[in-house]
Amino acid sequence: MQYIDEFRDPDKASSLVAAINDIVKRLAVGRDRPFHIMEVCGGHTHAIFRYGIANMVPPEIEFVHGPGCPVCVLPMGRVDDCVAIAETPGVIFTTFGDAMRVPGSRKSLLQAKADGADIRVVYSPLDALEVARKNPDLEVVFFGLGFETTMPSTALTVLQAEAEGISNFSLFCNHITIPATMRAILDQPDLQLDGFLGPGHVSMVIGTRVYDFIATDYKRPLVVSGFEPLDVLHSVWRVIKQIAEGRAEIENQYGRVVPRDGNPAALAAITKVFEDREFFEWRGLGSIERSGVRMRKSYARFDAERKFATPSLKVADPQNCQCGEVLKGILKPRQCRVFGKDCTPQTPLGALMVSSEGACAAYYQYGDLEGLRGPCAADAA
Amino acid sequence: MRGGRGMTMQDPLTALRPLRRVRDGVHVAKVSLAHGGGGKAMRDLIDDVFVSAFDNPSLAPLEDQARFMLSDLMRHGDRLAFTSDSFVIDPLEFPGGDIGKLAVCGTVNDLSVGGAKPLYLSCSVIIEEGIEVALLRKIARSMARTAAAAGVAIVTGDTKVVAKGACDRLFINTAGIGIISEGLNLGAHRAEPGDAILVNGVLGDHGAAILAARGDLRLTSSIESDCAPLNGLIEALITACPQIKFMRDATRGGLASVLNELAEASGVGIEISERATPLREEIKGLCEILGLDPLYLANEGKIVAVVPGALAEPARAAMATHPLGEGAAVIGHVTQGPAGRVVMQTNFGGKRIVDMLVGEQLPRIC
Amino acid sequence: MCLGIPGRIIEISDSTHRLAIVDVGGVKREVNIACIVGERAIDECVGDWVLIHVGFAMSVIDEAQAAETLRLLVELGEAQQELAAMRASSKG
Repeated sequence: MQYIDEFRDPDKASSLVAAINDIVKRLAVGRDRPFHIMEVCGGHTHAIFRYGIANMVPPEIEFVHGPGCPVCVLPMGRVDDCVAIAETPGVIFTTFGDAMRVPGSRKSLLQAKADGADIRVVYSPLDALEVARKNPDLEVVFFGLGFETTMPSTALTVLQAEAEGISNFSLFCNHITIPATMRAILDQPDLQLDGFLGPGHVSMVIGTRVYDFIATDYKRPLVVSGFEPLDVLHSVWRVIKQIAEGRAEIENQYGRVVPRDGNPAALAAITKVFEDREFFEWRGLGSIERSGVRMRKSYARFDAERKFATPSLKVADPQNCQCGEVLKGILKPRQCRVFGKDCTPQTPLGALMVSSEGACAAYYQYGDLEGLRGPCAADAA
Repeated sequence: MRGGRGMTMQDPLTALRPLRRVRDGVHVAKVSLAHGGGGKAMRDLIDDVFVSAFDNPSLAPLEDQARFMLSDLMRHGDRLAFTSDSFVIDPLEFPGGDIGKLAVCGTVNDLSVGGAKPLYLSCSVIIEEGIEVALLRKIARSMARTAAAAGVAIVTGDTKVVAKGACDRLFINTAGIGIISEGLNLGAHRAEPGDAILVNGVLGDHGAAILAARGDLRLTSSIESDCAPLNGLIEALITACPQIKFMRDATRGGLASVLNELAEASGVGIEISERATPLREEIKGLCEILGLDPLYLANEGKIVAVVPGALAEPARAAMATHPLGEGAAVIGHVTQGPAGRVVMQTNFGGKRIVDMLVGEQLPRIC
Repeated sequence: MCLGIPGRIIEISDSTHRLAIVDVGGVKREVNIACIVGERAIDECVGDWVLIHVGFAMSVIDEAQAAETLRLLVELGEAQQELAAMRASSKG
């Protein structure tokens, strides 16, 4: 497949790994800890595990898995709100597949479906709108999950609904924003990060200038990265090269897709339909200022938050759950006290184990990285 | 199927009497609860739709049971294999097949992967009132064709009609018997380090075809289910490689599930190569769009086979010469371990673990 | 958050609603192309390679940039090979 296979070429991979090794061996002399590179985006976490990249880079580089997984950071209270809406008579609740298994305080959407709620998985918000057209006597709600990558899609779908005069469609908006999140991460005192792999598809929408503050205020390098394995390795090389050269700049490795100023049509749609929330609740990270959006009053008739009464409760994570620390990169999944014991993909306690991008699910599914490099405690357990 | 009154008992295998003719047939378009009542309407439905399609000497007497001489069965081997499977697929018809074809193939294959020669099937159906009779006829004929192609006979069964909403249009259960020849001992516990792992062709077609056919993902493709009876292919494989240790069809949960079950049961490790694992280009495309892993997609015409390492190539060649073995490949081998762990060498040069699937694969945005 | 996949626009299915059919490895899906049309007439988009996310085309893939990225990787590969050769010869 074009634009995919070329960026999965194993021969180029070995050169990149060799180049990374060369720099790292020089740099690592006298250091007491590995270089911590945070991949912000869940899609990068997934790529790192799926292609075995984490065990290709030298042990002096450690990936710290960031909170860029919109399913993982969904607080339980919001899942409860989804279930409440879905269980309202006369409602068809539509959602991306990712959200189905996230546990709420009583049940997940998948369990609510088993209990009789009309919940349907769709690939696109446009498909949810089609459900609304086909079922004029029912209320169709779409669960708008995701970062800036997905906001234009839901915004444009709302605009389409408006243009067609569709009155039985609404959006349950849970969109969150990356830049505020990254600032919150960087402000964590217990994190020692040396550089970032920037989210490629978020940047496709918002451009790369939004990250300038990371270089100027926090003096860390960030390379906006594509998602194929060569992209990831290439970006790791560029980050480590910046560190070696004492630079802290924002670079764009994904130039074939990411324009510097983002996508004007997408940004216009977002601005028309959404406005910033003063703060938004994140699982594990608490409340972060200006990190989410809601629908503007002018679109109230498409706003599920206004149309439906929801519990809107702040629900604490289960006591044993350490999702927060893993999300912040403080703990590795296998360091979480319940990883692999009370919390497994079959019996997830937290969203990190449910979402296919969650670091915990990735560790579980694709295997503990260190385990593949050699024996480790997890193997003996 | 319930037999008629006043019929003489005869040994089915030697019965030469003319096969039953359909008497009145069904003249309404849709099945109603009357067709399940046990009376004339039900007899007409059974005759018209099922008996006329499945017609064979063992079915003809329409007793409550089909009967076979043990001596006849023992000509084929020394053990009886017996399996049962229910089919609840939606949609009932899909590119490459339908629920009927699937029901026959599924049971034929379940027998064959155990080394049994499949002989006789039962067919029990639960029909939701309101289903079109024409569709039932079509499905029954599809079952008959598939059974004929596989060289098996459908010899007994049952028909029930339930009220609207009590089942999803049509459920089919097929059970089957077959005979295993002496000396053939297949089992998931038999894999040993050094053994080779093979498949008989491209993976994931059935799962992908169903996903595309369901319509809610609104994808268009030319992918068809690979649904097929594999007893002929398996016979060729066993002939070329009588030391074969294990076979399983990679249905729900796909290749990955079979490999994990195998590794667990034998207490061994498994290593496969992504490069060697055959996939259609379109399957790759569909999996990329939806964020699915093809290793977990269902197959209905693919087996995973384990043979001693030295026999890998003869086994592969035997399958490759059969029409249902196009693209047969050696995809990996059994290792010392860690026990139960399945690892894949990626095209990219790294290694990743291939774990058991949890729940159902759902399309993702991330 | 990121599942975006390259596909080629093969036909415009509904110009009023800015919908096109995109081909990904032989699988086709109707996709909204409002974000990538720009100032062009919609028919000019046929043949474009675009990045698709949840049924929307979000970026036109810049072929020149793609080639440039690959070229950089090839260069890097050649540089590494030279380096390795130098090291091997200096050890001898």
